[in-house]
Formats: sequence, structure tokens, C-alpha cells
Amino acid sequence: MRMPHKSSVPLFWRLKDSKYRLIGSRCTTCKEVFFPKKNLCPVCRRRGSIEDMQFNGNGRIVSYTIVRVPPEGFEKYAPYAVAVIDLEEGARVSGQVVGNITKVRTGKQVRTVFRKIHEDGSDGLINYGLKWEIAE
Amino acid sequence: MRVAVVGVGQTKFDEHWEKSLRDLSTEAGAIALRDSGIDGKDIQSLYIGNMSAGRFIGQEHLAALAVDQAGLIPIPATRCEAACASSALAFREAYFSILSGEYDIVMAAGAEKMTDLKGTDAIATLMGAGDQEWESAIGLTFAGLYALIARDHMQKYGTTREQMAMVSVNNHRNGVLNPLAQFPAEITVEKVLKSPLISDPLRLLDCSPITDGAAAVILVSEKIAKRFENPIWILGSGQASDTLALHHRKSMTELVATKVAAKKAYEQAGLKPKNIDLAEVHDCFSINEIIAIEDLGFCDKGKGGKFVEDGKIARDGEKPINPTGGLKSIGHPVGATGVRQIADVVKQLRGEYGNLQVKDARFGLALNIGGSGATSVVNIFGRDKPK
Repeated sequence: MRMPHKSSVPLFWRLKDSKYRLIGSRCTTCKEVFFPKKNLCPVCRRRGSIEDMQFNGNGRIVSYTIVRVPPEGFEKYAPYAVAVIDLEEGARVSGQVVGNITKVRTGKQVRTVFRKIHEDGSDGLINYGLKWEIAE
Repeated sequence: MRVAVVGVGQTKFDEHWEKSLRDLSTEAGAIALRDSGIDGKDIQSLYIGNMSAGRFIGQEHLAALAVDQAGLIPIPATRCEAACASSALAFREAYFSILSGEYDIVMAAGAEKMTDLKGTDAIATLMGAGDQEWESAIGLTFAGLYALIARDHMQKYGTTREQMAMVSVNNHRNGVLNPLAQFPAEITVEKVLKSPLISDPLRLLDCSPITDGAAAVILVSEKIAKRFENPIWILGSGQASDTLALHHRKSMTELVATKVAAKKAYEQAGLKPKNIDLAEVHDCFSINEIIAIEDLGFCDKGKGGKFVEDGKIARDGEKPINPTGGLKSIGHPVGATGVRQIADVVKQLRGEYGNLQVKDARFGLALNIGGSGATSVVNIFGRDKPK
């Protein structure tokens, strides 16, 4: 089978700060916060000054869906819930919500959990990262 | 300098198991040439839109292959990519190449071969248009992204499940008469609401299909257009970008790129939304047609669902939307759709669309969207030569 998107170790390694440690960015010029990390403030551009910012992993669901027809590699997890989450500090992210999918609702408070995300075939990488659980 | 479209061609959109991408692109180009009466040897350059032949069929370097197969060597050939908006980009590049004064006769095309991959691989390939690190990596799909948009639109504006279903019903009703449509079959609201859930709240019959197909149009300079009886003129063209990831936008219920692209196209054309007689819009998922109706200014924000429910989008309604069937009924070979929409607008403005004809169509608009709205292209066309 053709696997043009077979993932490599560096692909995940270089995202470790954001994906595993919840580090985003803040621009000290305009005070805007970003998740994941950025190396350029898109608001201020060259006048901006970007520094790391630790997010606390708490957020609130603003919209959600249940993915019932998954892409290649996610078959064994379906159906699963995916939500758009407003982070407490101000940025927004998409994430899978673990647990009972019928409990997922807009407005629910959620927090991060560390989970397996995806297995890249039988001989590929097993990727871990952040998912979300309902915190109420 | 004015530029006109003088030839259009489209293959049947279908599961073409017996035809390859090269067969389809050559077929669409040949139909467009026959339609225009122009000889292939007079084409000076080709721009072709294609999203992902590299992943769908393992073939890159597609533009050269297209001129090779069409016997057009050695003209320059350029591939344009912006996911599902790829061929609207190809069209704009073709337009600019004439505006620049470099060429007088150029072909813009789009082609995609999607059915060689199994379903889950095709879904993953399409997700190449999303944010790989933050959307695709967590198992999101395009149905999933538009489901997130749909739910937010329902929450904010009270848009109903039935109103979204009515988009699919209208497009299928129109597509029944389209001989080039993949699914020329009538459906009912009830049938949409009973179809399998793909990504809640979106169901199978809210989603455009996976399709093989190609489309092509021929653009000419004002000087050449004089030789033609019924040239259709480009009045305005706008393109804009937004964040690749849906979650990075302040609002998920509008596509800002569409608003910006439309504003530019309307200004260039000297037209207002009320002047548009028909629009081919990007109904990759039913909710996206509702949002397009709002973002193009056909109604106020949040009122798109009601606009559909009131029947205004019917072919004989106040504002015919997707009168030839839309992506839902015609099919959505992603890289071909933008030029297919333009070809359909041109046929409408020529007044030669038979059963599919919108009455007295003078001004038509085509809206082609890439991904969840990170690219949006609006082109406006007219029957009469602009001043």
C-alpha cells in the first residue's frame, strides 16, 4: 500500500513543546496569545516580540462533532468526538474529547489528558499527545 | 484590456474507472476547443488546477503531462493548487496572463482523479487541505470541520437541520436535468435526515461525493474576442486567504476570505449582490451553501437558512443558486470544480442551457472555496462587454 504520509520521529519531536507541554506564545508588543507556538506575531510582524507562554490545559467547548467516518489510520477509534475549544488563556484549538461521546456538549469545561493519538500502521510510529476530557 | 471566455468543456463527473486523469483532462480540453472553434495549436499557455494527484494517483508534474497528452507541446504549462479552489486559481492565472499582454489565447482547466484510492485514504488525502499538525493529526475530516461550522451556525443563528437538508434537495432537483452530473436523482428532506451520520450533525446527503472529472475553459483577449458571436466577459475577479486551521479564526460562521474576495469582485464589476442573476457556489457540504449565500451578500448574516427555506434559491426563484446541480449533485472532483462552475456560469449567460437555463441571465457569479475557507475565489461574468 502507498503510504505517502508515513510519519517520521522528527515530525513529532519538533512539536514536543506545544503537543506535549502545552507551550504557546505571547506577543509582548500587542499582548495577543497564540497556541501552538509561533515564531512570528501575525498582528505585529517585525515589530512584534514573541515569547513562550505556558498554557494550563483548561478550556471550554465552543462547537463539537462526532466523527463517524474516519480518515485512514483512525478507523479503530471511530466514532470519536472532536471539539473546538477556547483555552482559558485566550487562544483556540481543536481536540478529541475522550470518554462518553454522548456527554460532549457546547459550553462544557474540559482539561487536557495524555493519550495515544494514532498508530501509523503495524510497523510505524505510535503517536501520543493531548486529548481532552470533560472536567465537570 | 478586457478578457472573455469563448469556449467551455466538461467531462461527465462520475466514477470513471475506465479513464485515467490524463484521459479526463484531454477530453475536457478537446470539448472546450470544439465549443470555441479555436484550433489547439493556437493555445499559447495552459493553467491547470489540481489538488492532489500526487496522493490520489502518485502523479506529480501534471501540467506538462496535460499538454503532452493533448498534443500541445511545447507551450508552457502551469499547475495551480489551493485544495478545492485549485482550478479557480488556474483560471485567475490564465486571466492575468492575458491582462499582462503576454498572451491572447489561453486555456484554464481543472482535473482530479479521486476514485483510485479507497474511501478512508481519499478522506485522509482531502485532509491534506487542513492543518496537518493540528487538525488532520487528531483525526479531523472535512465533514468534521464543516460539522463544527454547522453546529456553530445552528447555535448562533437557529439554522435548522431541515434548512441544511433543503440545500441538498434543491441541488439534486436541479441536477436531475444535468447530463454531466454524477448523481442526477431527486431526494427529499426526509431522505437527507434519514441518511447515515457522517460527522454530527452532517449526514451522507449533506456531503458532496468523491468524483473523477475535468473541466476546461478558453480565455481570449478583447482583440480575439471580436471574432466570436457570444463571448462572455470577465467583469470582476477576487481571491483572498484566511487561516488554514478553522480554530484559528475569530468566527466559524462566516468565511472572511469569501467576503473579501466578493467585495473585490463586486467593486471591479461595478455590481451589487442584488444584480447577480445566478450563482454557482461551493456546496461541498450543505451548510457551506447557506454560509456562501450570506457571505456573498444575498441576505443578512444568519438568515441563509431561512433564505433557502423560502425557496429563493430555486432555478426560477429570486436568486437561483447552483441551478445546474451544485457540487452535491454534479459531483466534486476537487481540482476541477472551480472551472466547472465557471463553465456553467458561461453557459447560463450565453442563454443556451436548455432545461437548466436561468431566465434572462445577464450577470453570473462563481464562488470556489479551498479547505474550510482558507482560500476563496469569486469571479463575476457578464453577457455584455463592459465599458
